[in-house]
This record gives sequence, structure tokens and C-alpha cells, in this order.
Amino acid sequence: MNMDSDEEFNSNSNVDMSSDEGFLDQDMESDVSLGDDYELEASDDEEPDIGFDTQDKDVKPRKEAYQVDFQVLSPADIQASQDEQIDEVSAILGQPPQNSAILLRYARWNKERLIEAYMDKQDEVLEAAGLGSVATEQPPRFERVPNFMCDICCEEGDQLDTFAMKCGHRFCADCYTHYLVSKITDEGEAARIKCPGDGCNRIVDSKSLDFLVPPAVKGRYRELLTRTYVDDKENLRWCPAPNCEFAVDCPVKRKELFRIVPTVMCECKHTFCFGCSLADHLPAPCVLVKKWLKKCEDDSETANWISANTKECPRCHSTIEKNGGCNHMTCRKCRHEFCWMCMGVWAEHGTSWYNCNRFEERSGAEARDAQARSRQSLERYLHYYNRYANHEQSAKLDKDIYIKTERKMTQLQSASGMSWIEVQFLEQASQALQQCRQTLKWTYAFAYYLKRNNLTEIFEDNQKDLELSVENLSEMFEKPTDQLQGKKVEIMDRTSYCNKRRIILLNDTAENLKKGVWEFNVEMTG
Amino acid sequence: MSTGSRKRIVKELAECHADPPPGTKVQLIDESNVHTWEILMDGPENSVYAGGHFKLNLTLPKDYPFKPPTLNFATKIYHPNVSNDGKGSMCLGMLRSDEWKPPNRLLAVVNMARSLLLEPNPDDAVEPQLADQYKNDRAEFDKTARDWVRRYAAKK
Ligand SMILES: [Zn+2]
Ligand SMILES: [Zn+2]
Ligand SMILES: [Zn+2]
Ligand SMILES: [Zn+2]
Repeated sequence: MNMDSDEEFNSNSNVDMSSDEGFLDQDMESDVSLGDDYELEASDDEEPDIGFDTQDKDVKPRKEAYQVDFQVLSPADIQASQDEQIDEVSAILGQPPQNSAILLRYARWNKERLIEAYMDKQDEVLEAAGLGSVATEQPPRFERVPNFMCDICCEEGDQLDTFAMKCGHRFCADCYTHYLVSKITDEGEAARIKCPGDGCNRIVDSKSLDFLVPPAVKGRYRELLTRTYVDDKENLRWCPAPNCEFAVDCPVKRKELFRIVPTVMCECKHTFCFGCSLADHLPAPCVLVKKWLKKCEDDSETANWISANTKECPRCHSTIEKNGGCNHMTCRKCRHEFCWMCMGVWAEHGTSWYNCNRFEERSGAEARDAQARSRQSLERYLHYYNRYANHEQSAKLDKDIYIKTERKMTQLQSASGMSWIEVQFLEQASQALQQCRQTLKWTYAFAYYLKRNNLTEIFEDNQKDLELSVENLSEMFEKPTDQLQGKKVEIMDRTSYCNKRRIILLNDTAENLKKGVWEFNVEMTG
Repeated sequence: MSTGSRKRIVKELAECHADPPPGTKVQLIDESNVHTWEILMDGPENSVYAGGHFKLNLTLPKDYPFKPPTLNFATKIYHPNVSNDGKGSMCLGMLRSDEWKPPNRLLAVVNMARSLLLEPNPDDAVEPQLADQYKNDRAEFDKTARDWVRRYAAKK
């Protein structure tokens, strides 16, 4: 059994500082405040001419309904906020900073709980945090002790430098240091390294550590401490991008993830979900994303055929290869125009009666027997998976074609000696395509779990509008490169239209999610 | 550090020779290598392993005593704390890297192994099914354990 010092503490006394239930009590209040925010925004719109009051509010950049407040923290910011809290606790508890740091880490940075518990049962808290009885401040130093023998290396002698913390477990300086270095570098431990003494639970404080380990290891130690700080705080999360050192501070609580999809953007430009660290999955809530990815993994063989890059023209049956992101296909042979996703006639995509994105449930009579039902459920899944996978793949193809286009335009420019060609608009168009396809992709996972009610029609309309605007922008990239400059205004218009459609869709889904009016066909748990 | 480590290991070996647990013999497999030990342990009289002669290997890592030793049963044994995968490995108590402290002694490790023969620890098992049987169907567990002793651990 590995008895964590927390558990020991919790079982010995009833001061509960690190369990989840403790945090949940506090969450109730923030739920209410969320609702208030929402009311506030709505009432702003109803009373537009109060004058100065509303003008003041307009100065701030308007937050969309799907956006959340967050702040990006650099490594220095993270260090500073730790130090600030350590100082604050030191002042209140009258403990030296290195002890306050241990206490805070022990309490998983829940300051209020720590102070409360400390005031209540000081000795128990100190004991449980590994600080033994009240520590008096004395700088760490080596000592030489008559008739000393190190219990680790078995070296003996009066001339040996030795070290011990307040607990009195004394070892030679080399062994003590070696022990700490191996804990830090090999095992990645930092906040909870115990005294090397047999059975001793005292945590090694940072002053002793600084005194004992070489400078290179100190750096690693600080890094690891910061890591546990971010891991311990519910409002902090590391940016999951490889080698990124930034963290994000966001107030959205774990239990709110059924109603909010907290999407944040790091300093490094990586956009990810604060709730689960996966890449931007708006508008689908984390729990559905998890279920969907699991399902796709389980059903990967069934769905594999879909991601094929070649299909037959539905009219003349000649083979057609998809090499751009656009799903509006024209058969080279018979000039038939169709939709790559549903293989339907493209012209019908603009009209209101045709729906590529909607899965048409067959009537009850048709789906009576079990086999028909299971077939229908597979068809339903494939309908959504097909579109999900297609947008994912199209996003990649869009990107490829953009990179090629940009290269061609640069070549064109240097070959012809033309004046500088503005390509910024192409980059913006490409970014919009990437982002909108990412959103579209997840709308299909979202829709798969959505139960039909009077709101789903609006959702499907929004989805279709975004889809069409995306395809309209995507097809611009398939134009010959030398025509693109002439299409600049059109491309810019289509770009901003795409972005607008995306915001409309996301606001609609987010507002309904916050209100809890979406109905899902699965349990919204774990 | 390696000379210090050697000094300690030699000292520990002497401790184990001087005062081994009952029915136990500790020796180096190869006199030139202090990092691999062999333990010969008789099943304690008042246990289901009585009559068995078990061979265990104790391996000390390069960074011993800062890292824990590893202990394996070379003789097949029916025991919830010993893996039944041909490796006979054990991973509990002081053998775990988060519990091991450098001053811990190999004699204590040997003693722990013997006390586990007297009384298995089903709450920290590597073989959950055996632990379950040990707790809920003791008669059947004991029967199989004795049977394995006869089959795999009878001769010295
Ligand atoms: Zn030493
Ligand atoms: Zn100690
Ligand atoms: Zn980042
Ligand atoms: Zn998420």
C-alpha cells in the first residue's frame, strides 16, 4: 500500500483539504454567476439607449456567447503567482516561506482550506505536510559529528560532512545529495520528496534542497515544482502543444463542462479545449467528444472505406480523384456537378428542400425488425462519420493547396518582376477554412448525439449555411493562380462570410448548451 | 559512489550470513559480482508452503542503495504477491521505488519475503485472482498452493 501523506492525514482527522467534494461545494456558486452573466448580456440588448452606461460597456471588445474568459501565463507569470501566494500564506501563518510552500503544495494550493485547517489543528497539519512540529528558522548547513557512520554508504569518520533536517535523520553529504538528485532527475519528484530516513515522512524543504543539489538540478527542481503547481490548480492547464511552456488560466470548472466548451488560445497560437486539452472541438462538449472518439476507434474498420480519396462519378462512373478540399466536384468527363459527401447533385445544395447535412430517419414501419433497426443505426452513424471524416480530410487538402498556391504566387511575382503581390488575404482565407472545417467536423459528432427537437432544425440550417460558405471559399483555391489576384475582393468577402457563419453557429449552440435545452440521446456523463 | 556502494553491499552480505531468517541461506551467485544474490528459502513450517524449497534471485541495481533491489521467485509458487508469468516478480512494500529508502536493508527484504510466505498480503497483490481466492475461498487456495509445492518445490 502506498499511503500518500494526504490520505494519512484525512483518515486521521476530518480536515478534508484535497478531495473533490470539497471543491464541488464551491462550484455551485459559480454556476449561478454564470447564469447571471447570461441574463446581463440579454438585458443589454433590450435597453439600447441608456447612453453612457452602454457606451462604457462597448469599449471592451465584445465577447461572443461561445467564448470564455482566459489568460495565458508565461513560466515567469506562473512562478510569480506561486511566490505571491507563498508570501501571503507566510504572512498569515507566521511560517518561513519554504515551509509555507510545503504547506501550500500539501494542500494542493487551496489557500483558504489550508489556513482554516492550520488555525484549527496546527500540529496535525504540520505533521501531515511533513514538517513535523513547528520549525524554527535556521539556515541549512553541514555538520561534522564524532563517531559518525552513514547508514547509506557505511562510510565512517569524524571528518565526514553530514546533513540532517529537523527530524534528525543524518547522512553523509554525498549520500544526501545523491538521494535528492536521483529523486529529481530519475523520478521527476519535487514537491513531495521525503527525508531519506527510514520511515520518515518529512518533506525536504526547498532551502535544504537548494543547499544540497548542484545548480543544474535546481533548475529541473523548479520546473517540476511549477509543473505540480499547474497540475494542482483547477483553474490552470498546460498548453498541450509540444515544447510549449505556457499555461492557461480559465475559471471554468470541471462540472460546468456539460454546459460550456471552454476553448482557449495559447501564446503559441495553439487553440485547445481547457476542459480536456484536445484541439478545438467547438461546438461539441468534452463528454460527447470523448464518446465520439471512442466510437470512431471501435468502429474504425466499418468506417475505413469512407476516407478513400477516389470515388466514381454518380452519372458516368468514371473515377474521380479528390485533390483539393472543396466538396463541390465536377466530373472531368461528363461535367456532372455533385457533392463529394452525399454524392447528390450540387445544384440542389442551395435550395431549401435538399439537405446534405441532415440524416433522414426512415419511417417507423420500415425500421420495424431488429435487423432493419441495426442497419439504420449503422447508416446513421456512417452518415455523420462520413461528414466528420470528410471535413477533417478536406482541411488537410485545403492546407496543401494553399501552400502550393502561395508558393506559385511568389514564383509568379519574382518571374514577372511584377510589383509586390499582396498574399495576406490568401493566408486569412486559408486560416478561416481550417477553422471552419474544424468546427464543421465537430458539428457532425455533436449532431450524432443530438435528439431531434424544435432547436435541431435551426442548428442544421446553421450547419448547412456554414458548410456552403466553406465550400464556396474552398473552391476559390482551385482557380488558376494567375486569376487569384483579380479575385481578391471576392475571396475576402467569402472569408469574412465564413467567419460570420461560424460565429452564428457557435453562438447558437453555446447559448442553448448554457441554457441546457439541447436534448441528447446519450447520458451526459463520464 | 561505487566504492561506497560496494562497501555497504559487502557489509549487508555479512549481516545476512550472520543472522539469516530461519531456514534461509543467502549467497552470491558469482563471487566477483556483488549485485546478484541467490536466496534459498524453506517454506515455513506452519504455512501452506511447508516442505517446499524455494530459490529466489535478489538483484541490486547499479544505483543501489538509492534504488530498491528487485526480488524474484525462481521457483514456481502459488502466491498472490508473486507474479505467475514465469518471472516470479514481486512489487510491494519496500520493493517499490516510492517506498524504498536508502537506509533500508537487504536483510529486511529477505525477512519480508519470508513473512509473506507465512502470511500473504492480498490487499497489495500482483495476481488479483489469487488474492480473491485467498480471501474468499481459502480452502481451495491452500489446496492449490500445497499442490504446487509438491509439483515444483519439493526437491532441494
Ligand atoms: Zn553516506
Ligand atoms: Zn527524517
Ligand atoms: Zn502553447
Ligand atoms: Zn474538451
